Amino acid sequence: MDGTGDGTAVTAEADAILELKGAGLIIGSREILRGIDLAIAPGEFVCVVGPSGCGKTTLLRLLAGLMLPTAGEVTYRGAPVRRASRDVAIVFQDYGNALLPWRTAAANVALPLETMGLARDERAARVETLLRTVGLEGHGEKFPGQMSGGMQQRVQIARCLAQSPSVLLMDEPFGALDAMTRQGLQDEFLGLVAQNSVTTFFVTHDLEEAIYLGDRVIGLLPNPGRVGIALDVGLPRPRNQLTTREDPEFLRLRRALFDFIARAEA
Amino acid sequence: MSGRAAQRIDLRGMVLPVALVAAAELLVRSRGLRSDAIAAPSEVLLAWLRALVDGTLLSATAETLACAVAGLAIGFTLGVVLGTIFGLRGLVDELMEVTIEAIRPIPPVALIPIALLVYGFGYRLEIAIVVFATLWPAMIFTRTAIRGIAPRLFEVAKALELSPRERIFKIVIPAALPQIFVALRLSAAISLIVAVTVEVTANTIGLGHEMMMAQSSLHPDLMLALLVWTGVLGWMINAAMLLAQRLLFPSSIAERTGEAAR
Repeated sequence: MDGTGDGTAVTAEADAILELKGAGLIIGSREILRGIDLAIAPGEFVCVVGPSGCGKTTLLRLLAGLMLPTAGEVTYRGAPVRRASRDVAIVFQDYGNALLPWRTAAANVALPLETMGLARDERAARVETLLRTVGLEGHGEKFPGQMSGGMQQRVQIARCLAQSPSVLLMDEPFGALDAMTRQGLQDEFLGLVAQNSVTTFFVTHDLEEAIYLGDRVIGLLPNPGRVGIALDVGLPRPRNQLTTREDPEFLRLRRALFDFIARAEA
Repeated sequence: MSGRAAQRIDLRGMVLPVALVAAAELLVRSRGLRSDAIAAPSEVLLAWLRALVDGTLLSATAETLACAVAGLAIGFTLGVVLGTIFGLRGLVDELMEVTIEAIRPIPPVALIPIALLVYGFGYRLEIAIVVFATLWPAMIFTRTAIRGIAPRLFEVAKALELSPRERIFKIVIPAALPQIFVALRLSAAISLIVAVTVEVTANTIGLGHEMMMAQSSLHPDLMLALLVWTGVLGWMINAAMLLAQRLLFPSSIAERTGEAAR
C-alpha cells in the first residue's frame, strides 16, 4: 500500500507485541479459523472486518487467551498465550452483561484495582481520574441499570483502562450504540488511545469505522475464517469526522473494502 | 406498625377480616354457642393475654423460634454451600443428581420417627427436621442462580485474573445473592411451618405442643389464640425479610424497575 502517514503500521515480526503464527481453530468438525498470520506492532491500531460468521470475534478471543488455537501459535511479547492476562484488556460488545449490575459505576471501575491490591484511598483517586477520562465525572454512584448504553460502554472502557493494559481488544464496542453516540465515542476513544499509547485490536462490522479508527484494516474471508485483505490506512491523525471521511484516501479504502466484502459474501 | 408501613397497606383490604371477626363474635355471643373447637374472638384475645402474662406464650415462642432459627441457619448455610459447588462444578452436579432427587422428595415430617430414635424428644429432634426441610430450597435456588450467571461475567473474571476466591466472593455470590435471598425468605417460612408441625405431631416443646395441650384439655380459646399467634409470627418473619431485601438489594430493584435506588 502507498500510504505513509504518521500512523502507518510497522509490522516487522521482531517488533510485534501480539502475534498470530499460522493460527487455526477447529471446534468439533467445524473449522472456524485457518492459517492466520498477523503481527501487531506496539502502539498500532488494527481493525478487523469481515462478513458475519467469519470468525472476527473468535480471532479476538484467541488473542485474549479466552480460547487456545488448535493449530499454530498466539504469542504476546514473544511468549505463547496460555490464558487471559490483565495486561491485555477486553472491551465486550454487550456492556450490559460485562458490567457487574450490583456495583456502581465507580465500583465497577475499581474492580481491577482491588485485585491489583491498591490501597482504598489510592483506588478512589484512580477511579475519579478514570471516570473523568471517559467523561463520566459525577456519575460514579450510578448503577449500570440507571445509565444509557453509551455511558455503560464508557464505564467498561474505564474499567479496562484501570488495568493499565498494554493492549486493548475491542469486540464491536460501539456496535449497539446509536450513530451520534458512536461517532462521539470514536473520537473520544482515539484521544484515549493516543494519550495512553496503547495497542488496539478492534473488531467491527462497520467498514467506515474500521478505516476511520485504524492504522491497518484486516478483512477476513469466511468458512473457514482467514485473512483476505490487509490495507494500510495512510490517513493523517488526529482524524476528523468530516474531513477524514471526505479524504480521497478514505474513499479509496472504503471502495476497496466494500468490494472485498461483496466478494467475500458472494 | 410505623406510619410508613401503615401507608403502604391498603385499608380496604382490612374490611373483610374485621367484618369476619365481628360476625364471629356476634354469632357466638347471640347464639350462646358452646363448643370444644370454637371460641369467641374476645375469648381468644383474653386467652392470649393470659398466656402472655403467665409466661407460657413467651417461653413456647422462644422454644419454637430457637428450633426454627437454628435449623434454618444450619440448613440454609449447608444448602448455599452445596448449591455453590453444584452450580460451579457441573460434573459434581451430574454425579449427585440421582442421589439428591431420591432424597429430596421425602416429606421432612416423615423423618420424625427416625430422628426420634436418634435424638429423642427435644431441640435436636426438631432442629434436625428443620435442617432437612430448609436445605433443599437453599441448595436449588443457589445452584440455579449460579447456573444463570451470564458467562460473560466469568470471562470478565478471567480477563481480570481474579483468584478463585475473588471469583466466588466478587462475582458468583453477589450475582446470585438476590435469588439466594429469595431462598432465605422461603426457607424462613418453611422453618416455622416445619418446627410447629414437629411440635404438633411429636415434640414436647414449643407453640405446637402448647396448642395440642390446649386442645386435649378442652381449651379452644387458648388453642385458637396460639394458632393466630403462630400465624402472626409467620407474617412478621416474612415482613422482616421483605424489609431486609429492600434494604439490602436496592441496586437489583433499581435494575429491574430502571428507577433511582432511593
